Amino acid sequence: MSDPADIAAAVARASYGRLLAFVAARTGDVAGAEDALSDAFAAALATWPVQGVPDRPEAWLLAVARRKLIDAGRRGRSSPGAAEHLRLLAEEGAAEIPSAVPDDRLALMFVCAHPAMDPAVRAPLMLQTVLGLDAATIASAFLTAPATMGQRLVRAKTRIKLAAIPFRLPERADLPERLAAVLDAIYAAFGAGWTDPGGTDARRRDLAGEAIWLGRLLVSLLPEEPEALGLLALMLYAESRRGARRSPDGDYVPLDEQDVGRWDAGLIRQAEALLLRASRMGAVGRFQLEAAVQSAHGVRRQTGRTDWAAIVQLYDALETLTGSPVVTINRSVAVAEVKGAAAGLAELDRLADDPRLADYQPYWAARAGLLARMGSAASAAAAYRRAIGLEADPAVRRFLQGRLSALG
Amino acid sequence: MQYLLLLYVGEADMAAASKDDSRKMTAAYGAYAEAMVQAGVMVGANRLRPTETATTVRSPGGKTQVLDGPYAETKEQLGGYFMIEVPDLDTALSWAERCPTVGHGVVEVRPVWPASDYDPDR
Repeated sequence: MSDPADIAAAVARASYGRLLAFVAARTGDVAGAEDALSDAFAAALATWPVQGVPDRPEAWLLAVARRKLIDAGRRGRSSPGAAEHLRLLAEEGAAEIPSAVPDDRLALMFVCAHPAMDPAVRAPLMLQTVLGLDAATIASAFLTAPATMGQRLVRAKTRIKLAAIPFRLPERADLPERLAAVLDAIYAAFGAGWTDPGGTDARRRDLAGEAIWLGRLLVSLLPEEPEALGLLALMLYAESRRGARRSPDGDYVPLDEQDVGRWDAGLIRQAEALLLRASRMGAVGRFQLEAAVQSAHGVRRQTGRTDWAAIVQLYDALETLTGSPVVTINRSVAVAEVKGAAAGLAELDRLADDPRLADYQPYWAARAGLLARMGSAASAAAAYRRAIGLEADPAVRRFLQGRLSALG
Repeated sequence: MQYLLLLYVGEADMAAASKDDSRKMTAAYGAYAEAMVQAGVMVGANRLRPTETATTVRSPGGKTQVLDGPYAETKEQLGGYFMIEVPDLDTALSWAERCPTVGHGVVEVRPVWPASDYDPDR
């Protein structure tokens, strides 16, 4: 790679989040840091092809960004609160920029997932600031109009600056709760890439990869946090089955019918190692348990059989921990595999009065499947029709329609 | 940075509180305010009389209208405030968390907008 434009793009990809976090952590102003960096990258594209790529591209970009910030400060575009920071920035000469820019990305991630931030904007903001994704790509992944997403992101950054959300790691006592918010945001980004209905939209497929990248970054910055390891393991298990969840004809293939030969063994090995490391830290949590469920499904690769009894136990623990109806649904399906469809349905019936499930497809699909196995064709058909009506993914819809017509 | 902690409380509940509870609550606010002073973050604070003493003034079309009662009739009303000087939102939130109000009402945390930082042309 010798083309300066390619090098600039590669530096942008590798260093964007690090540079942004470094500047924003010192000014408290994410939007201002974005502007300054975008000017710096533009300057790089104009200068490097003529003068050559500098020895330390990151330091070069940071020096330019800093000048832009100071200019903006002189033009009165920054608040007086930032003036002190700008003075400090100006005093640190370019020569003093360390060859490796200090990594403030963890603090940036905690800012994005701060309790004062709207939960819906946390994942988008993290993708934009840490990875430099543009608002249009993020909007498409979160099924939002680009203008709406752009506005939300702008408001979020204004809030960081004006309310003075600090760029620092939470106090030890607050860490578990604050870290959980960071993990949730990363998982939401992963989910936005994963639930891509057709599995064909390249931009959305990338997003799962970007979320995994964030997960790896978090694990590298917080190697002693078992739930961070658990989340990364969970995402890698899911990613390992990406290829297997559609048939060559594009049909949906449920997990227990997937060809294990199409699972990515390398990703599974990584996930297993992470989960093992997490389990040795002796603090179990939601993501570790969910990853362990995926690990138990993975046993089918070696034995040809899924370890449903282990899965029921894991869901027991998850249910106690989260009280989530989604867990109860998954647990019911596992119970049916161990004790029969009637036992599974009895578990599912505990949720019958939960109004949140009226429009939740997996509940109706699980119900339909269990009723069908018990031979209650009429009730199964009604539940399948309800699930079909709630499904957005055409491949899953076709799959459910197939099950419905198989009832005879 | 300065933040205003606005304390919203249910006025009916406050009025119905027993003398003993009211004494305890007053002592709790006293200790809280003292802790703020000791920590050097206190800028100012006041308790407000209930909204039955409130009067609103507006002048639609230039004609002044004075009405009895608060701006909005809600169950919880502004009952007092603390103004604090702290470095950032997390520190402000940590003070809000300790405010006795959060046990029975709501504390809203708002950054102060200094006049020097406001330029209508920007």
